[in-house]
Amino acid sequence: MDLSLSTRTVGDRTVVEVGGEIDVYTAPKLREQLVELVNDGSYHLVVDMEGVDFLDSTGLGVLVGGLKRVRAHEGSLRLVCNQERILKIFRITGLTKVFPIHTSVDDAVAATD
Amino acid sequence: MATVELRFSALPEHVRTARLVAAAVARRAGVDEAVLDEVRLAVGEACSRAVSLHQSSGVSAPVRVALTEEEKRFSIEVGDEAPHAVMTSADDVGAGDEAADSDDQMGLAVISGLVDDVQVSADESGGVIRMSWPAASAPALS
Repeated sequence: MDLSLSTRTVGDRTVVEVGGEIDVYTAPKLREQLVELVNDGSYHLVVDMEGVDFLDSTGLGVLVGGLKRVRAHEGSLRLVCNQERILKIFRITGLTKVFPIHTSVDDAVAATD
Repeated sequence: MATVELRFSALPEHVRTARLVAAAVARRAGVDEAVLDEVRLAVGEACSRAVSLHQSSGVSAPVRVALTEEEKRFSIEVGDEAPHAVMTSADDVGAGDEAADSDDQMGLAVISGLVDDVQVSADESGGVIRMSWPAASAPALS
């Protein structure tokens, strides 16, 4: 199982749909994608994690890195996730306080604060 | 003696293999299905940490994983051969960033958040993360 990434634009948001496993091997691909988006001027990102089967701390590190990058441009990084086993990892690391986590892409795209 | 032992070159691409093997052996040992996700994640974190320690300190030795069925317990030991300076606490984790240090801290934070029984030890010749979970007394037949 590798990592799959696809991006699309919805209004002023860029939705990054992630699938597969985000771990120490695949996380650099996600990091490159986020860096590239920010370098190209996409500062409002929605990372859709509904297709993610596995996430570890390396993946969390990449998401935090992405958040830091968009915040440097007064942007935002929102997550879409309903999977309990993925949400649990955000909870035990305290990152639910750092990332806005939404139940749907529509919800994340509509969110403003 | 360990039920299954695994040694792999300290490369990120092999961590997934270690996760799959650990989960398979844990299932056979009778670890509850609901806990297998935790086993998978914890062993992945421990192996990722060992890989990055080996890489950052230029150690060419493999990472060791020992999976052991005990009576009503299933234990995993992940050993590295990287020289450790001082033990660090897994409790103090901020938002973190992409630096290797904070990845390491986040990895330990995830492990200590997931696993009730975990011991981390290290000295100048390497470190070991030992974790265990309850298992059914009779191994699963499937």
